[in-house]
Amino acid sequence: MVEDRSLSSRVLDVVVHTSMIFMLVVTLYPVLNVLASSLSSSAANDAGIVTIYPIGLTFDNYRMILEAGKVPKAFVNSVIYTVVGTTVNLLMTSSFAYALSRKHLALRKFYMTVAIIPMYFSGGLIPTFLLVKNLGLYNSMWALILPGAISITNFIIMRTFFQGLPAELEESAALDGANDFQILVKIILPLSKAVFFTIGLYYAVGHWNSWFSAMIYFKDSSKYPLQMILREMIIAANSMKDAASSDDFNTAADIVNLNVKGLKYATLFISMFPMLMVYPFIQKHFIKGVMMGSLKG
Amino acid sequence: MHRAEQFTVKNKTDGSLKSRFKNLMIQIYKTRYLQLLALPGLVYFIIFQYIPMYGILMAFQNYKIRNGIWGSEWVWFDQFIKFFKHPYFFRLIRNTVLINVYQIIFVFPIPIIFALLLNEIKNKFYKRFVQTVSYLPHFISLPAIIGMMVMMLSPNGGMVNNIIQALGGEPIYFLTEPGWFRPLYIISDIWTSTGWSAIIYIAALSNVNQELYESATIDGAKRWQKMIHISVPAISPTIIIMLLLNIGKLLSLGAEKVLLLQTPLTYETSEVISTFVYQRGLVYSEYSFSTAVSVFNSVINIMLLYIANTIARKLTETSLW
Repeated sequence: MVEDRSLSSRVLDVVVHTSMIFMLVVTLYPVLNVLASSLSSSAANDAGIVTIYPIGLTFDNYRMILEAGKVPKAFVNSVIYTVVGTTVNLLMTSSFAYALSRKHLALRKFYMTVAIIPMYFSGGLIPTFLLVKNLGLYNSMWALILPGAISITNFIIMRTFFQGLPAELEESAALDGANDFQILVKIILPLSKAVFFTIGLYYAVGHWNSWFSAMIYFKDSSKYPLQMILREMIIAANSMKDAASSDDFNTAADIVNLNVKGLKYATLFISMFPMLMVYPFIQKHFIKGVMMGSLKG
Repeated sequence: MHRAEQFTVKNKTDGSLKSRFKNLMIQIYKTRYLQLLALPGLVYFIIFQYIPMYGILMAFQNYKIRNGIWGSEWVWFDQFIKFFKHPYFFRLIRNTVLINVYQIIFVFPIPIIFALLLNEIKNKFYKRFVQTVSYLPHFISLPAIIGMMVMMLSPNGGMVNNIIQALGGEPIYFLTEPGWFRPLYIISDIWTSTGWSAIIYIAALSNVNQELYESATIDGAKRWQKMIHISVPAISPTIIIMLLLNIGKLLSLGAEKVLLLQTPLTYETSEVISTFVYQRGLVYSEYSFSTAVSVFNSVINIMLLYIANTIARKLTETSLW
């Protein structure tokens, strides 16, 4: 193709590159700022002069967080909820999706209807909360895991995938006398690694970043995941402080707050770190998922 | 093999009830391994989706935990009327709708523009780098996003207020100022969703037949002309569907982000239906009342979505379902 060298084309290039650079800066700056601030001295943080590189480089903030124990505990909690939750999600979603992807399944339409209705209509917050309480799951890890065991979108993506597998494979296995369960384990699963990976990551990111269920279902703060600690440490503390100092008062809370800025930044960064590390490698799987979901959604 | 389905749903005239039942049982037995695989899912849906739906009945009651749904007093539409007469009724509707309207005006077009501009980049590595960075905010949790905002907007050494003060202004208490709630909500939405929402448009653009661009070049079209006359029409069905989907959600707004971003001082602009349901239901334990509010909201949402879908079908021959 001939390169367009006209003035209008160059103007367009300027617009494109300016916008992209703006996009990169706006997206990366806050994250780099959190990292730099978490490694800066409290004097630099109080003065608010940290941009994207540490000033007065120190690891004290991370050391103090590790010693205090609250954040490491919450980190471990988050890992446990993410691993157990994702495992339950994958087992439940894949077995249901596989069964419903087989055309000869008796009652298939009934199952499908059961799965689709909640997409449009659900019980909502209060009935679900009361159910979880009545089941005795209040203040238990399972309150975070069981109510969302199957996401309907993910179920549909998996089912679409299983339906797309070539039927000849199973037919020949069925002729050799394999039952549905053997077909699943020996033929389908080895072909489905990619979809398990994608859906597993969808669920894992969701678990890692979730906080609302923990807020409504956990009584003991020792069970809190990292995101809840973040909420308590920065957001809840801040709204109290702001409410108190909105008429330009420097309260005691204010002064305490100032000294722990670096700790807040460090906690922020720890909470984002696992996702920042994995997402560039998994994003293409996510995109596949988005496309599959939007086709059927 | 396909007979199973026919017998379960369609053939009502074929044979007696008893023989149809027998036939179904045979089909179920034949697919017993699959039935076994479907069972946990079925149990999940019944317990965690359908029992809460049954719990909606409490919206028509004066529900007391110790009496349960069977024993609680029926008050029919009293809870709904209480909501319609509530002093905050209009405020809640207004706040919910306004955030959605602002989202449509300010958040919705940005991924489209981003996708169109990204499409003009020839260098594959550069393009992929920008795209990868643009997904980053999607992987950051809401508490972290709002946490970063709180730190940045802090009147004590936050970056934004430092700049304001350097320019000779007075520090602004962004998070306690009702007038700032909606702008903050919308700006953080743009930051979080632009890259991710653009995926669907980028995919639509990559499906455009390259020959269209080439023949337009031969006809002497400039690049911006190709963008407007080839790229934009290629994604306009997607734009229309996404827009209608957004309009269908005019009265639905999740509680999570609002709860993180609001303070009691900003309730005037920040209290929306979902946070009201949360407050009344879980903080004050007014189970019946808050369920009624939530049922009212879902009914409106379903109606809006239905209307949006009907329009989508008429306009583009593609529907949302």
